[in-house]
Amino acid sequence: MPVQPRRAYQSDSATATVRLSGVGFGYAAAHRTLQGVNLILPAGSFHFLTGPSGAGKSTLLKLLTLAEHPQTGTLHLFGEDATMVPRRALPAFRRRMGVVFQDFRLLDHLSAFDNVALPLRLAGGKQADHAGDVEEMLDWVGLGDRMHDRPPSFSGGEKQRLAIARAVITKPDLILADEPTGSVDAVMAERLLKLFQSLNRLGTTVLIASHDEALAQRSGANILRLEGGQLTGGGS
Amino acid sequence: MIRRLFNTRAPLLPRDAGGEAWLAGLIAVLCFLACLAAVGAVSADRAAQGWARALRSEATVQVRPRVGETGAEAAARAAQTLAGVEGVDEAEAMDRKTAEALLRPWVGDAVLPDLPIPYLVTVRLDPAAPASAVTLGRAMAEAGLDATVDDHSLWRGEVERSAGLITLLAAAAFLLTAGAAGAAVAYATRAGMAAQSAVVDTLSLNGASDATIAGLFQVRYGLLAAGAGAVGAVVAMGLVGALRFLGGAEGVTPALPLAWGDLLILSPCPLLAATVAVVVARVTALARLKRGH
Repeated sequence: MPVQPRRAYQSDSATATVRLSGVGFGYAAAHRTLQGVNLILPAGSFHFLTGPSGAGKSTLLKLLTLAEHPQTGTLHLFGEDATMVPRRALPAFRRRMGVVFQDFRLLDHLSAFDNVALPLRLAGGKQADHAGDVEEMLDWVGLGDRMHDRPPSFSGGEKQRLAIARAVITKPDLILADEPTGSVDAVMAERLLKLFQSLNRLGTTVLIASHDEALAQRSGANILRLEGGQLTGGGS
Repeated sequence: MIRRLFNTRAPLLPRDAGGEAWLAGLIAVLCFLACLAAVGAVSADRAAQGWARALRSEATVQVRPRVGETGAEAAARAAQTLAGVEGVDEAEAMDRKTAEALLRPWVGDAVLPDLPIPYLVTVRLDPAAPASAVTLGRAMAEAGLDATVDDHSLWRGEVERSAGLITLLAAAAFLLTAGAAGAAVAYATRAGMAAQSAVVDTLSLNGASDATIAGLFQVRYGLLAAGAGAVGAVVAMGLVGALRFLGGAEGVTPALPLAWGDLLILSPCPLLAATVAVVVARVTALARLKRGH
């Protein structure tokens, strides 16, 4: 694992990285996708979020990425109330997160190198300063020889690895991953799991939403189960 | 490796983020029209100033002879008196022949001998400090002459008002053109953001601020408008230059005299177009992002 922490992570067990209290959310007034969700992810913890399709896993991750706001309850991120965070404050929260989207959300017009370097670039980093890290990360996810290629020419698994590389390149305080092993083979899935575990050992809080119950069991992580918009196990 | 050496970065927004070719064409046409409006205003103002200057530098005095004095004698005396007034360069009594020559095209030869033609003195005034109609009238009165002074102020006022109106119309045309360009950029920005909503979302979720995202659109459309503005200005320069070359200093008509220097006033066009585009794109993008684009 090539990643080394650039800054000391302030791991304070009293401060949860994520704290949800009575969170409810629905796309339609008549139907609540999430209801009364209480969840605490202590700093440096590793959790899997499992549950059937439509249980609300992706919606919960959307709330945590601040793409949506809770309609009821409160959401605290990194010790700060993020329930109704104003738009101007979003980048500060998001730069502390690494997000792996189910649909990858890669920029097709950029090379693999530029996709991975994107969060560093948006944080004001210079290419000369981070080029080595990006190349090393691409090597590690097995895409070192394709750094100048663009995502449309990648397979689903390659896109997923690229998306993961982008999410972890900044060594974020919190990693949120939506089905990060859904498009890769078992060997790569194990390898990616090890990457997340390595980052977790460095102090990063990791939450992975996945259908793969077996992988969740093998990871040794805390397992949260979401059903019908409610946490039925593992949450606090 | 080469890219690393030169540290060039790929643009975060894809090329043609929303029908940029038509926008460039539209802005080029609008800039061309704005350039023509600007040159037209400058040219009309120059013509009006020239005419006003010519009118301001002349006055006409109509003399009515006293009893026992002929009209010609009265006019000669008036010319002599006026020539000595400060602010007058030259005063000359108009003889009957000259007056008849002026009237002939209007009334014909038949009635001229019976026509009571006024006795006039043409006065050429000092362009730097012209004598006023009041001064000339006072000089006439002091010399015991019954005279009426016409300093052409009526005509001059008309010409200056016309020039002012043309300038206002040109300014309005220019502002309307700028407004149309701004509206086009606003539309293109909205279309671009809609077309690239996935890119905008990805940038935002990876830590880009609204200002950063708006900055991408403003740079994109600012550069596009600068390029299109340059094309419009160059075409307008070509047209104005051709008219100046073919028509000489008077251009195609005395009402629109052209100067080579007029080409210079077109040079800020790309900058103005870029400024309008940058401001409009930023305001539009920020508003869209605030509303969740």
